[in-house]
Amino acid sequence: MASNVKEEVRELTFSQAINEAIRQEMRRDSNVIVMGEDIAGAAGRAHLGFVDAWGGALRATRGLITEFGPERVIDTPISEMGFVGAAIGAAMTGLRPIVEIMFVDLIGCCYDQIMNQAAKMHYMLGGQIPLPLVIRIPFGSHGAKRSYGGSAGAQHSQTLYSVMAHIPGLKVVVPSTAYNAKGLTIAAIRDNGPVIVMEHKFLGSSAKGTVPEDPYTTPIGLAEVVRGGRDVTLCGIGRMTHVCLDAAEQLAATGIDAEVVDVLTIAPLDEATILKSVMRTRRLVVVDEDTPTASMARDIAARVADKAFDWLDAPVKTVTAPETPVPFAAVLEADYTPQPEQVIAVVRKLLG
Amino acid sequence: MTTVEAHTSLTREKLLWMYGRMTLIRKFEERLKWLVETGVPVGPVHLYIGQEAVAVGVCAALERTDWIASTHRGHGHCIAKGVDVSRMMAEVYGKSTGTNRGKGGSMHITDVSVGMLGVNPIVGIGVTHAVGAALSAKIRRTNQVAAAFFGDGAASTGAIHEAMNLASIWKLPAIFVCENNGYADATPVEYAVAAKNISDRAAAYEMPGVTVDGQDVFAVWEAASAAVRRARRGEGPSLIECKTYRYYGHHQGDNPLRYRTQEEEEVARKRDCIKHFRDQVIHEGLLKTAELDAIAESNHALLDEAVAFAESSPLPDPAELYTNVFVSDRQWLPT
Repeated sequence: MASNVKEEVRELTFSQAINEAIRQEMRRDSNVIVMGEDIAGAAGRAHLGFVDAWGGALRATRGLITEFGPERVIDTPISEMGFVGAAIGAAMTGLRPIVEIMFVDLIGCCYDQIMNQAAKMHYMLGGQIPLPLVIRIPFGSHGAKRSYGGSAGAQHSQTLYSVMAHIPGLKVVVPSTAYNAKGLTIAAIRDNGPVIVMEHKFLGSSAKGTVPEDPYTTPIGLAEVVRGGRDVTLCGIGRMTHVCLDAAEQLAATGIDAEVVDVLTIAPLDEATILKSVMRTRRLVVVDEDTPTASMARDIAARVADKAFDWLDAPVKTVTAPETPVPFAAVLEADYTPQPEQVIAVVRKLLG
Repeated sequence: MTTVEAHTSLTREKLLWMYGRMTLIRKFEERLKWLVETGVPVGPVHLYIGQEAVAVGVCAALERTDWIASTHRGHGHCIAKGVDVSRMMAEVYGKSTGTNRGKGGSMHITDVSVGMLGVNPIVGIGVTHAVGAALSAKIRRTNQVAAAFFGDGAASTGAIHEAMNLASIWKLPAIFVCENNGYADATPVEYAVAAKNISDRAAAYEMPGVTVDGQDVFAVWEAASAAVRRARRGEGPSLIECKTYRYYGHHQGDNPLRYRTQEEEEVARKRDCIKHFRDQVIHEGLLKTAELDAIAESNHALLDEAVAFAESSPLPDPAELYTNVFVSDRQWLPT
């Protein structure tokens, strides 16, 4: 049928996919609410004709207020500690809140709620109650071009997901495409515990893709082999998966066959998929936009070194941001952010 | 002194309940203090002795289905809200029969089934969770209210101010109860708070703020009742500051005479909330000495039972270390 054909080729951006996930879950369950700074915008100005001025940092919540109203789409003042705490209290008492923290750099303002409260509540309470809470957090630097960076500077461009993956009790997912953004967001909303959804700010065009209209979930806790190969495994997180795919494409032209694993969930980590890939390719490069000390890159490297040592033909390598704050100038930001060329150079050395 | 109306509008049952709860809190804490002093390893405990009228006065104005959020000094709030003292004692002992199955301890006692959202030792944070419960009540139209206890120390945290602002702009059924016992650890309130009364800060959030005598359970109950009525009418939150006094140190083992005088303690203890209540109800002929004594007797038995229960209960299974890290997929009943 023509309509089916049309649906199969329907393309959405990363933000549109997240928007659709939230919208469909809000229709399905009246206990799902959305909270955050300017997730609609122009709060309380409907009488002047102003509604939905922003729709969130990534515009991922645009249009929700017109469908669900201000009681379920709640613009908050700039009070991260207050509204993340309120979301926790609401999750303890029957709602399923989705909170947006405008940028990951702002988690310092509410880190207690994340690491001491949400993460530990179910455990400390001896499992008395669930805590169905989603925290959506845009993150990341641009750095794809030397002429144009995100240029948001040191306090609006970080990655920082490792400081959440570090805390037992939190599930942390990092979607990389419009398809898995929708699936992981729905899975996060339906999960009975706290789930952090890390949304890369600059996944716009590279993550645009086919997204089925019907709701579906992408399982939390599973990595995905997104490109098969036999010479080396490239492990990517979020936008870095695209950097890995780009590198793999260029390597293929020179006869090197790279496999790419999209980690997708950094906590709990799907060790099995990564190990299985490395045991086949015998080499691993982990590509992570975060700074290296106590990072996911080194965590994955350590696990593989520990559990697949006998299969390795070369040392495990990581490509990460340098041990610096995120710089402002576009040329510096491009040097800060891992690039396909760096990945290619590391792979060549491994196989050389 | 509170009005005669306050006393006469309370039923005999309620008066007996108030006395019963205040004395049960005192007895629980005294027993716990003794246990700690005799070397029972229960972790850090923060005794509520002296402040009983605050928890009981507020909870007397609430329904069982209403919510409270608590502080590190939370045993009194738990008992006033109806948490079982045997399961509390077992929790303090780290036993599998405890409220939190031995995974919380004194600083995390929680029983959601009676509306007690948690003792919380991160000062000020519990208040934000009460605001969330109030938001949930408003959105789900359940007519519940949520009361948040916090101390004079917490009054200076950002969390409290963010929470009060949110509750006010969203007109939430929340009640902010500041227990001003004069000290945040060893820091006196007059040093740490830039206001004559903490209740003055209510004005900044366009909510009513009152300061009441926290040693007078009737005064606390009256103020809390007014706040509950306002909350249920959908008019928004209130702030009640209860001036009270903790008889012992910040935690068991802390010697408060390193930061306050013996004279000050003696003056404060002369205004004991339980003695005050007892004198008043007997003087006014509302309750008889014999029935008050009978309550004290039954509390004694309850505590004997609680300690025996805690001591005879099994320790958590070693496997418990690994359970409840993540929430399972099973169907959860509505809270």
